[in-house]
Amino acid sequence: MAGLMSGFGCFTHAVVRAVPESLARDALRSGGLEVDLLKVQKEYEEYVSVLKHRLGLEVLELPADDALPDCVFVEDAAVVCGDTALVPRPGAPSRRRETEAVKAALTQLGLNIVEMSDESATLDGGDVLFTGREFFVGLSKRTNQRGAEILADAFKDYAVSTVPVRDALHLKSFCSMAGPGLIAIGSSEAAQKALKIMQQMSDHRYDKLTLPDDSAANCIYMNLPGKGDVLLHCTPEEFPESAKVFEKLKDHMLIPVTNQEKAKVDGGLTCCSVLINMKKKI
Amino acid sequence: MTTEVSSDGEVKKDEEKTPEDQQQTHTPAEAAQEKSASVEAESGQEACVSSPPAAGGQKKEKTISRFLPPWLKRQKSQSQDKPSDQESVELKQEQTDGGGEQTEEKKREEEAEEKKREEEAEEKKREEEAEETSVGSADTQPVREEKEGESELKEEQAVIPHEASVLSALKLNKKMKMVVCHVTLLDGSLFSCELEKRAKGQYLFFQVCEHLNLLEKDYFGLSFKDNAEQKCWLDPSKEIKRQIRNSQWQFTFSVKFYPLDPSQLTEDITRYLLCLQLRQDISSGRLPCSFVTHALLGSYTLQAELGDHDPDEHRLDYISDFQFAPNQTKELEEKVVELHKSHRGMTPAQSDAQFLENAKKLSMYGVDLHHAKDSDGVDIMLGVCANGLLIYKDRLRINRFAWPKILKISYKRSNFYIKIRPGEAEQFESTVGFKLPNHRAAKRVWKVCVEHHTFFRLVSPEQSTKTKFLTLGSKFRYSGRTQAQTRQASSLIDRPAPYFQRTSSKRLSRSLDGAPVVSVCDYSQAAGAGENGPPLELNSDSKSPQVEVVQEPDADAATSISSETAFETDGAGAPERKDLDKTQEDVLKHQASISELKRSFMEATPEPRPSQWDKRLTGSPATTLRMQTQGVPQETPPRPGMDSRDASKSAEVKPEVNGQPEVVEVVEETVVIEEIVKPRSPAPEASVPMETECAAEVKEERSLSSDSDSEEEAEYHAQPPCTSISTQQIKEEPEEEQEAEHTQQAPPSETESQPITETAEPTLSAEEEKPAELPEEEEHTDEPLATPDEAPNGHAHHAEAPPTEEEEEPHIVNGSASRVEAEHLPQVICCSEPPVVKTEMVTISDTFAAQKTEISTKEVPIVHTETKTITYEAAQLDGHGEGEPGVLMTAQTITSESLCTTTTTHITKTLKGGLSETRIEKRIVITGDSDIDHDQALAQAIKEAKEQHPDMSVTRVVVHKETELAEDED
Repeated sequence: MAGLMSGFGCFTHAVVRAVPESLARDALRSGGLEVDLLKVQKEYEEYVSVLKHRLGLEVLELPADDALPDCVFVEDAAVVCGDTALVPRPGAPSRRRETEAVKAALTQLGLNIVEMSDESATLDGGDVLFTGREFFVGLSKRTNQRGAEILADAFKDYAVSTVPVRDALHLKSFCSMAGPGLIAIGSSEAAQKALKIMQQMSDHRYDKLTLPDDSAANCIYMNLPGKGDVLLHCTPEEFPESAKVFEKLKDHMLIPVTNQEKAKVDGGLTCCSVLINMKKKI
Repeated sequence: MTTEVSSDGEVKKDEEKTPEDQQQTHTPAEAAQEKSASVEAESGQEACVSSPPAAGGQKKEKTISRFLPPWLKRQKSQSQDKPSDQESVELKQEQTDGGGEQTEEKKREEEAEEKKREEEAEEKKREEEAEETSVGSADTQPVREEKEGESELKEEQAVIPHEASVLSALKLNKKMKMVVCHVTLLDGSLFSCELEKRAKGQYLFFQVCEHLNLLEKDYFGLSFKDNAEQKCWLDPSKEIKRQIRNSQWQFTFSVKFYPLDPSQLTEDITRYLLCLQLRQDISSGRLPCSFVTHALLGSYTLQAELGDHDPDEHRLDYISDFQFAPNQTKELEEKVVELHKSHRGMTPAQSDAQFLENAKKLSMYGVDLHHAKDSDGVDIMLGVCANGLLIYKDRLRINRFAWPKILKISYKRSNFYIKIRPGEAEQFESTVGFKLPNHRAAKRVWKVCVEHHTFFRLVSPEQSTKTKFLTLGSKFRYSGRTQAQTRQASSLIDRPAPYFQRTSSKRLSRSLDGAPVVSVCDYSQAAGAGENGPPLELNSDSKSPQVEVVQEPDADAATSISSETAFETDGAGAPERKDLDKTQEDVLKHQASISELKRSFMEATPEPRPSQWDKRLTGSPATTLRMQTQGVPQETPPRPGMDSRDASKSAEVKPEVNGQPEVVEVVEETVVIEEIVKPRSPAPEASVPMETECAAEVKEERSLSSDSDSEEEAEYHAQPPCTSISTQQIKEEPEEEQEAEHTQQAPPSETESQPITETAEPTLSAEEEKPAELPEEEEHTDEPLATPDEAPNGHAHHAEAPPTEEEEEPHIVNGSASRVEAEHLPQVICCSEPPVVKTEMVTISDTFAAQKTEISTKEVPIVHTETKTITYEAAQLDGHGEGEPGVLMTAQTITSESLCTTTTTHITKTLKGGLSETRIEKRIVITGDSDIDHDQALAQAIKEAKEQHPDMSVTRVVVHKETELAEDED
């Protein structure tokens, strides 16, 4: 019987969503860059392939919705921990409806769904960093205090601390978990400041993996049966310096995944999937 | 046998030994005199008492006697059974005795007396003596001029009864009352026990632990609800009555310090109790969990309580009696059952361990929450836990201050402050303030912080202050064992796992733990009770529910015995119930081994503890009780050298009409007067609104130095491990009271030695000024003034060592404070006036510590207060007793309240190297608004104190007062 907070990084399922054609033109972005839809789609396919074939996860792929140009970034539409799924209220009004399909899929998977119905609350999944022991919620343009409170209510076992996010879209735009107790963090001042706050707020000790590029700090850690520690991270083409840092992680199965095009619409590696552990039948 | 000859018999007539009977006959008369004469008699006594060599003592007595009125002298002579100036009565005696010994010369008197005594000295005689003293005349034998040569035997016999009489006298006056306490245990059952009304918290606590068979008790505590229904921890080192005030004698036994890693606990029984606490915490919602966790923890509870899932026996409703969650749903119960099935084969202990392994990871595990507001008035929660202080807004953690990050914790009025160590990039320390609902809440959170810090972070508790020099502010410190200490002690536990019953009777019936006999449990409230337990009253039945037992002095022994037996039966009762299937012998053996084990366990304590503590620890409740009632005689070692002192001491004891418990050689009285003025009210004498404070600013030397040490240390050890010594300075900020401490002390030295005392004063004063100077380095500017004439604000404060005892008395009797002051120059005056307390106040902005600290340091004072501490110190006793630890023999506290004053009288009697010392400390808190003239109230209070104890001398007066310059603006 798996106890509380064990099995960090164990996943069996992944929910992804196809790239809508409207993404190139309508997806929200901070940089105002042109996006090549085909490239995005190619990246997406590679990504799904890694999850499905390389890692053997059960991948549930939702169809794209052209009315929701950002719908490929499913991470923002659900926060899953254990067998509870919080369906948030995304900060960007244009993205609110993204949650519908995701919620349906999660319900189908048998998760306990908690919906954020409070009209004053907003929360994007990208602002939620779950470390295995606790949550950090970035207070950003997309996520507010009330959203964080509701998340805290949904996951009562865990401490939920808030972290101000500046100069970035989401908390996870510059950080993520690279292993149990290992936080990958960007080098920017904002990122370092956020890390400091997280360290101060936490009763637990975390190691940090500092990456020269903030965006590279967004990676995906899994602990899979038969594969051990798995890390999906940036490619050397994108961030050569950061890739070198990842390569120093000898114990991890390292899988570079291209994310160049999605990054133009502020998408990170973590953004494109909701990972779920269904084996932990409790 | 004749003893040595007394050198000079001042006394004209030598009586031979006066038969006891006759002595007794005298006593009534004496008693009558005593009252009126008590003052002077006392002074005489005191002087004599201190005289070490017998011969010298006699001489002194002579000299003294010259000054004494005739009747007083007579009294003395009588009491001494000695010659001296005889009264007609005594003559009579002699006649009746047909004393041919009368012929002896004055010088011979003593000899003869002793001779006779020894010859005739029968126990009867002594008994009679004892009786006599106890009956009424403590003063009867104010000065015992017994020669060193006197036999020890005699001493012993004489002294011990006297001591006993002291106690009985005490009881007479104070009416040793018994109270029945009810303690709700973790399984919901009630434990009742009878306590002496003045018992300290630890006494009750140990009773409970004994009842529970719990050795690792340091994680637990007793709490009670105060008038505001707030949960307060019972301080083990203080009297219960003082703490609960007018509340019921009802307590709750619960976990005080949640061990970070329950698997490190040594015994299953400890883990079991922790489980019970956590189940309560969970079902009440104090410890929030997710659905899944509720289910998981509930399933372990079932496994522990019911054993393996039995499909036949366990239908779905078998768990409906269990409360797993605040809002328990059918769905949850189904989940619990499902999981329960999966635990097959797990023992109760394993299940508990699993339960704890999961529960300890919950984010709110062991977090003690307190409502507060930040500086913006936003509702927040302060969470005190093992690692530090957590700040929550709603369910979100918005800040966290780990202990190493905190330099100081303080409170002031209803504000609670933490001073934060500057970060790498910061230059200044910052202070974060929180507003608590009221002063008591602020103090409560402060205390909890002090305790948690000490328990989890220090190796050993901070040394409590050595002397009573300054009693300003709360001296509260955690006095129990730290986690490190308790772990060390636990590692030595080597008893077979004790039996204990889990709450479910179902479980009991099937368990191998032994027959489920009569249980004391009340299941009605038990969180996890499966079946209805036996009626809860069973327990209380066994005890007589008398609320108060007034012990008569005569019945003293009897009473103590009876209560002793009561406890014994109780103690034996619990194990018996558990071990019914065992033979009585086994049970007894078991008992013995357990108590033996306990002893060794307790003795294994790494820290030396106060003697009182030790006694409590090692003693069975019965013995403890006995020690309380008759402790003095047992502990008084007859010392030949001290004969005269002991004798006179005992002789002095008498029940006083004015409620004065006892008079001993060394008498000290402290009056602490505190004033509390409501913020809005302007002080009568000061043009500014006055806020008075009981300040901790003035600290004792020792604590001060240790504090600063620790602070330094903190600077250098960023993250000291649990084993490092104190890293923080945790100090109490002033309360809002003004206090005057007023100590009376009669030096035991003879009158002749007065010069010595005086010469000693300068040094004394020097020493004593220090504490006043040092206080509160950073925040307060103290200006200690040693000017005798200084009387800031015209406050009544004074204390002096009177040139002679005789002179002093009258002043004390009549004198209002100021008058006495005028007559005697205070010999030591410590005046510390921290004119303006500038407290950096920093707001807690929503969250972010990093940003906050930057802002915070720039903000400055909000609280403008003026605090004044004036200390007058009389000459201390010369060296004797100072260095010696002293054995606490009795201690009692009486609290009385009137309209605007609360008087707490604390009487301690200690035995220091054969001398017994009674110290009365009065703390008077004057509360009121503008209408009250504080000076007058203060003077009145001091006057009253003096009148109450005319025979004691004032050694110390501390007036503490804080004037707030502006209205309470926080």
